[in-house]
Amino acid sequence: MTDVAERVKKIVVEHLGADEAKVTENASFIDDLGADSLDTVELVMAFEEEFGCEIPDDAAEKILTVKDAIDYIKEHSA
Amino acid sequence: MPMSGGLLQGKKGLVLGVANDKSIAWGIARAAHEHGAQIAFTYQSDALLKRVQPLIDTLGGDNPVFPCDVSDDASLDALFASLKDSFGTLDFVVHGIAFSDKDELKGKYLQTTRENFRTTMDISVYSFVDIARRSAEIMNDGGSMLTLSYLGAERVVPHYNVMGVAKAALEASTRYLAADLGERGIRVNAISAGPIRTLAAMGIGDFRNILKWNEANAPLRRNVTTEEVGGSGLYLLSDLARGVTGEVHYVDSGYHLVGMLEPASLDENIAILTAMKKD
Repeated sequence: MTDVAERVKKIVVEHLGADEAKVTENASFIDDLGADSLDTVELVMAFEEEFGCEIPDDAAEKILTVKDAIDYIKEHSA
Repeated sequence: MPMSGGLLQGKKGLVLGVANDKSIAWGIARAAHEHGAQIAFTYQSDALLKRVQPLIDTLGGDNPVFPCDVSDDASLDALFASLKDSFGTLDFVVHGIAFSDKDELKGKYLQTTRENFRTTMDISVYSFVDIARRSAEIMNDGGSMLTLSYLGAERVVPHYNVMGVAKAALEASTRYLAADLGERGIRVNAISAGPIRTLAAMGIGDFRNILKWNEANAPLRRNVTTEEVGGSGLYLLSDLARGVTGEVHYVDSGYHLVGMLEPASLDENIAILTAMKKD
């Protein structure tokens, strides 16, 4: 599962059109990477599709940074 | 690529409600475009234009996009003035717009507030009436109008709540509009699509379980895609359906007909119900 972080970052870079260097683990989707509220929903959908996991609404609300996403996916994907 | 001799060759349509490539309205727009239609799109905010413009660009050709907030008369006046200028006349309209406060798309319908009831009905139902009237003024006789509904209009689906009530009103509006516009040969229909993972659907509480339930229990044992709704939409927009109006057409893998569950899906159903109970 070492590549989870890379795959998450790749999705974030592609979806937000963000500069790869800015997509660090501590980067906040909204504050640092310019995501709007629709982007955050689309990112969650993209993570679910990529990793075949489920991210329920209450968990999705807590995924604010790249690291939050990586941690959740590592913990919940098969 | 547009087909020469396609089902909508030379036709001009207005499509409202594309948010991104997962939108049902986009599935219909793409099918219509492949069959030769020229399409005007709308966007409600800059956040949506950013998503819609790249999709429109993939179509090539001259498909304009205009701002439109269906809760604002001045915005609709401007949209239809622009449409008149660019298209002159219209042949079809696809209405894929709905809105409700996310906080009321979970829990009980009983808790619906007056304010959100009004907003939901205005944006999800009245917008279709308003757009139908405005479109009819520039629509060629024999045109077609299409809106999007869901089974929650007729049956209780957990969390769908006020949106189910709005879809019931939308389906009734489809019948009344069909009666009003029939003398001009303009047809008005709705598609009741099965659950699809769209941006809007993610606002519905427990939507993942609704998806799984349909997959486990629908006769076709799977969910439908936006391409499939696109195909049915194309049929209803085209002259193939010239004898069809006031209809709510199911594109839901047959889920609407289920009266009693299939024992073959017992394990899936137990898993889904257990997950729902935990939430």
